Order: sequence, then C-alpha cells, then structure tokens
Amino acid sequence: VSAAAAAAVTNGLGGGEQAAAAPVSADQLDVEAYAAQYSGRTRVARLLFIAERCGVEAIQLEALRMAHDEARAREDTVLYLDAVLKINSRLGPRYRHDQAWVDSVNRRAEQRKEKLETELNGYRTNLIKESIRMGYNDIGDFFYAHGHLSEAFKSYIRTRDYCTTSKHIVQMCMHVILVSIELGQFAHVTNYVSKAEQTPDTLDAVIVAKLRAAAGLANLETKKYKLAARKFLETGPELGSNYSEVIAPQDVAVYGALCALASFDRSELKSKVIDNINFRNFLELVPEVRELVNDFYASRYGSCLEHLEKLKPNLLLDIHLREHLGTLYNDIRHKAIIQYTLPFISVDLNTMASAFKSSVSMLEKELAALITENKIQARIDSHNKILYARHADQRNATFQRALQTGNEFERDIKAMLLRANLIKHDFNQKNWL
Amino acid sequence: SPSRRDAPISPSRRSIPSASNRSFTLRRDSFVSSSANLRAHAGGDLLVTVADFLTSCSADQIRMAPDKFLNVCRVLKNEVMQLNAPIRGIAPLRAAVRKIQTSSEQLTPLHAEYLMLCLLAKQYKAGLSVLEDDIFEVDQPKDLFLYCYYGAMIYIGLKKFRKALELLHNAVTAPMSSLNAITVEAYKKYVLVSLIQSGQVPSFPKYTSSTAQRNLKNHTQIYVDLSTCYGTGSYSDLETFIQSNAEAFQTDNNFGLVKQVLSSMYKRNIQRLTQTYLTLSLEDIASSVQLNTPKEAEMHVLRMIEDGEIHATINQKDGMVSFNEDPEQYKSSEMVEHIDSSIQRLMALSKKLTSIDQNISCDHAFLMKVQSGRERARFDYDDFDSVPHKYF
Repeated sequence: VSAAAAAAVTNGLGGGEQAAAAPVSADQLDVEAYAAQYSGRTRVARLLFIAERCGVEAIQLEALRMAHDEARAREDTVLYLDAVLKINSRLGPRYRHDQAWVDSVNRRAEQRKEKLETELNGYRTNLIKESIRMGYNDIGDFFYAHGHLSEAFKSYIRTRDYCTTSKHIVQMCMHVILVSIELGQFAHVTNYVSKAEQTPDTLDAVIVAKLRAAAGLANLETKKYKLAARKFLETGPELGSNYSEVIAPQDVAVYGALCALASFDRSELKSKVIDNINFRNFLELVPEVRELVNDFYASRYGSCLEHLEKLKPNLLLDIHLREHLGTLYNDIRHKAIIQYTLPFISVDLNTMASAFKSSVSMLEKELAALITENKIQARIDSHNKILYARHADQRNATFQRALQTGNEFERDIKAMLLRANLIKHDFNQKNWL
Repeated sequence: SPSRRDAPISPSRRSIPSASNRSFTLRRDSFVSSSANLRAHAGGDLLVTVADFLTSCSADQIRMAPDKFLNVCRVLKNEVMQLNAPIRGIAPLRAAVRKIQTSSEQLTPLHAEYLMLCLLAKQYKAGLSVLEDDIFEVDQPKDLFLYCYYGAMIYIGLKKFRKALELLHNAVTAPMSSLNAITVEAYKKYVLVSLIQSGQVPSFPKYTSSTAQRNLKNHTQIYVDLSTCYGTGSYSDLETFIQSNAEAFQTDNNFGLVKQVLSSMYKRNIQRLTQTYLTLSLEDIASSVQLNTPKEAEMHVLRMIEDGEIHATINQKDGMVSFNEDPEQYKSSEMVEHIDSSIQRLMALSKKLTSIDQNISCDHAFLMKVQSGRERARFDYDDFDSVPHKYF
C-alpha cells in the first residue's frame, strides 16, 4: 500500500462502511486506491483510460498491469487484448499476448453461449414468461461479461416484453443503464432512468440514489451542467459504494460541486450545496473540493482557483470528466470574475489581478471579452487600469429607442403601402417585359 | 398668335404659344418623327426649343396626351446624351416630371430618366428634390425598379446610406414573378450598403417574393461571400478577398463601394471598443483593430470624431484616447422640435394607413374573397394581415 494511500486512509473521514481513501487529491494519483473504488468492467476501462492519458510512464505501466490482471480474471477477452496491445511487451513475459488463453476462453464462451441459447429457445417454446425473461437476462449478462456490449444491450431490451412486476422493470432499466453508460449512449440512460422512476411501487433508497447518479452522469456527458448538478446534489448518501460498477461517491461529490460552481447563482449555491446536509456526506470524502466550494462562496477567489488548478491533473484522468473540464473551469473562472466586480463602482485592476493570480493585461483581456458578451456592465479605463461600473442612462436610452422605433415604423409602413399598391395593380411581369 | 398649322416646319422658331398647345402638339409630332433630320440641321436649337416647351407647357393639356409628351421627353434625353451634356437636360426634365405627375406620390416613367441624367451629370443634389417625395402609386413596375436603383445610387453618392438602403430594399422585395437584371444589380448594392451601414446583411423579410428569395443569391455569389468574410472581423482576410475578386467588382462598377466596405471594417471595430473601454492607448487600439502603427490608429479615430461617428478625445501626450458618452441629452429645443415633427409625420402616415385599410375593407373583390373564405374554412386574419406584428 503506497504512502499516499495510507495517509489518505488516516485523513479520510467517511461513512463507516466504506474505505476512506481520497484518490482525487492534489497528490499524484494513486492508481491502486483509485481503482479500488470501482468494480466490474468500469475498473478496467478506467485503468486503460488513465494509462492512455497520464503521460508518466511509471503510472502508465502500473495502470496497465492492473488492467491486464483484472481483465484476465474476468475473462473479458476484448479488454484483455486492448491491455496487452498497450503494454507492448514492456512488462515482461507474463504480460505478453497469450493467444492460447484467449482461444480457450473464447471456446468456453461459445459453448456457454450455445447452452444459454438452447435453454432460451426451450423456454420460448414453453411460453413461460418468467423463464424467458431470465433467459434473456442471463444471455445479456453473459455478453456483458465478455465485452460484447451491443449484444448485451439488445438482450436486456428484449426482456422488456416479459417483465411482469415493477421489480423486473427496474432490474431491466438498471441493466440497460449500465450498458448504455459504457456504450456512451446517454440518451438511453436518461430514457431508462425516467422509466424506472415512473414505476408505481416505491423504490428502494439505494436504487433511487443510483438512478439519480446515473441521470447526473448522463446530463454531464450531454453538457447540461445545471441539470447534472441538480441530479448529483439530489443523490442520497445511501449510494455509498453500492454503485461501484458505474460511479464512486467521490465522483458524485466532485462532479456535483464543479457543475454547481459553474452553473448555479449564489443563492442556489448556498441552498443546494452548502446547506445541503445529504451532499455534505459526499463532500467530506473530498475535502479539497469542499474547501474550494466554501472559498468560492466566501469570495476567496484566489485560493479557490488555486485548489482547482491543483486538482486539475488528476481530474483530467477521469473518464467522464476529462472532456468537460476545460469548459467547467472557464465557466467557474468567469463566474468568479463577474461576482468579484458586482458589488463595486470601481475596481483597481492591479488588486484584482493579484486576487486572481494573473497578470493585469491578461485580466484586462478577459474583462473585455466578458463586457462584450454583456456579462459585466462596466467599462475599462485602460490608462489608469481601473474598471468602472456603468449604468445605462435610462432616460436617454428610452428617447433613443423611441426615435428609432418611429423611424423603423415609418420605413416599414411606407414600403408596405408601396407594395400594396403594386399588388393592387396586380403586376405580372409578363405584361411589361 | 396665329395658327401655324400650314406654315412649313422651321427649326428656328423659338416662341411657343401657350394658348394653342394643341397646334404645337401636331407640330411636335412631326418634330418627333423627323428629329433625325432636324438634328442634322439644328443641333443645339432643337434642344433649346424642346427645353423651353417642357418648362412652360400647361400641365392639364399635357395630361390629355401623356404618351406623346413622354416621347418628347425621350427625344430631349437622347439629345443631351448625344451631345454629351446631360446637365442640360436636368432642369427641363424636372419640370416635366412635376407636370405629368397627377400627385406628388405618383411614380412616372420620367423619374428614372431624370435620375439617370442627374447621375451622369453628377448633380446629386438635383436628384434629391425628386427623391424626397415618397412614392405610393406606381403605374409601371419597370419604372419602379429603375427609379429605386438610380435613386439609391444618388443617395450613395451623397453618402446617405440609410435612405439608399430603403430604396434598394424596395427594389429587392417588390412583388415579382421572375428575376430581372435590375433587381440583381440592386441586390449587389444592397449587400454592400448594408455592410457599410450596419455591418451585416439582414435576411429576406417574409414578404419577399419567392423568386427573389430562391434565386438572388445564386446570381450574386461573390457578394454573399464578401459579407461572410466581413463577418469574421478580420481586416486582412477581407482585403485579400477583395484583391482576388477585384476584377469582378470592377466589371460591376462596384469597386468604389467595395473599398468603402473595407474601410467601414475599421470603423466598426473601433466603435466596438467604445462599448468596452473608457480610455485606451493608441497602441492597443492599433493592435486590436489590426492596424500597423499607432499613428494610423490616431488618424482613423480622428476622422471618426470629425465625422461624428464616435465621441472621443485624443490625448497625444500620453498616446491615449478617452471615449465619451453621447453628449445628446434630449433636452434641447431642437431635439424637442425634431421629436414633435416626427410624431406629426407618423400620425399622418398612420391616418393614411387607416384610410387605405378602410378602402380595402369596402372593396368588392376583397369582400368576395372574405366571404368565400368564411364559407370554406376557418378564416385566418394572418392571411390578410401584412403589417408587421411587432407594432401590436
């Protein structure tokens, strides 16, 4: 166990039932601790993702090694081959491409598949709904375990016709959601989450939490950050590590906090994030994120942005967050700048630049861009480096608008009367050509 | 004065009897038919004779034989063109326009001819006197297109781009069932003037004929491309584009306008800066607007201040420009008068609109259509309502 993980364990404050490692921290990523949060296929997928993106060879090899072992243990040939390819013989003879093993696994898989299919056909001829449903489920599980995601998806969908109780429906939805997330088809995820939520029976709290987390994830991936934030914030602490095949509670905290910072206004931030008792449980798992949310609310923008920068390299290795990190960070920074300037009539750009830890000229450019987008009502005195708030003169603006409307009216009406006259004489160009 | 009906045609006759225009009409016919011969003999005299006639003839009598009158005017026009002295035709034709019009709102075929002469003689102000009257009655659509096109060119010459845009807009959006060359040329200028005036080309309003909407852009592709290039905001890109298509613009006689489009790009960029900055150094202005030196920036800003396009002061010692708010407070008596006269004008226009609306409501054809519509299907006001909804 690496030193960082040990330190994290002693520092960690979490629910009793779950390992308190905080892998999303400013330190270099502890691959083992990170991977320990997840189970199932996503563990391997995430390890491969880290290996691809991290750029530090030691970590890369560590991740690939773990991915390889995991894939082999799960008998998932697709992921195994991927891992072996990436390892590229760098880790010694045990990690070389073992075609014999692949073939034997595939053979066994074929046999099992035939068995399952014959069973299913048997059930179908017997027309016993429950057996057919379980048959399709088993086949779906089989395909999923071996990495054939689209077939798994199709099989799970087929169980829909044979579901008799809401428990069955929920089970089907959860399966479909799982596969869709891995396939990256988040429209389906949103669909099936709402299907599951609409069942007449009240759902188990854990399942509700899982559905919220899945919905949040779908919104995040489709760039609906505000909705994503809401969903993550509504996720109950019952989630714990029960959904480790998709998402870890630390992720809920990080995703939720970042999306909220980027898209909520101050009042929402206070009521839904800071005062949210349920969400507090999640935030405790990632104390740095908790710190930065509090900093933002207390207007300590410099330290908030510093925390963000420190977290950035590890967050870039997250399979779901990577593509959105740039946008989210920009949005948070812009929000910070706008909030900073809001209470003042004039702001000295030098002080502001030191608060935001950037140079005056860079800050000036950012401000100019925000003013052009009409997000800040102000103007820059570039000579003295001061930002002045500007409140439009309502009276003058009204006069201007009135005169302009009058002109437009005149122009449009005259043109219209002319056109009406032309039409009245029913001009056909054939007549005058 | 005695009737000259039987006297031989003599080109040297100068005095025109106002009481017996009828007789002159017949003589005029012979002028027209044999003007070719006469020109050989008379030259300048023919011109003077016709010009005198036009200025002093009686309007009522003219309106009884408008076609012949138009012919005479054409003779005059051809004459001055031949002599390469379009300016000599301006005063007579202006008088002619006034005489043949039944009201100042009517468009006659002479309007376009008159404007053309003004353009050729570069007497733009003379053209204004005719352009100032709004036109609401049109007998021949061909006149309208030419009138709009030439009128717009006069306004462009006087740099009154907003009024030019109004005329070009009418030419482009007039009802038509097939495209004509005048509209195509008008659209080209419309694109250029829109860019100079407001930095973008508005899309076709929904009352534009479908012919125009479908086909205009195909015939004016480089202008459409020019407007896209303008939209990027990069001076150098625009310049390169113009250079590479210079020949096409030259052939269309639009190169002067195109150069104005190019220089308007700087203006627009500088104006955008006034929205963001209170003071800005000349260096920063130069770099953000893509000028080469602060000196050039100073020149541009100075010119814009003189033209009244921005309100600013240049501090040469520090190399800084301060952008000021529009000093107009809307409190002066001139402004009050201006607002008052605008209100009067608009009320008159509104009254006119109401009366036309009432006339149409009583019109037989309209009532028939309403009736059959009611019988057939749900009667939808939108079908008959062409006033833009934003005013409701």
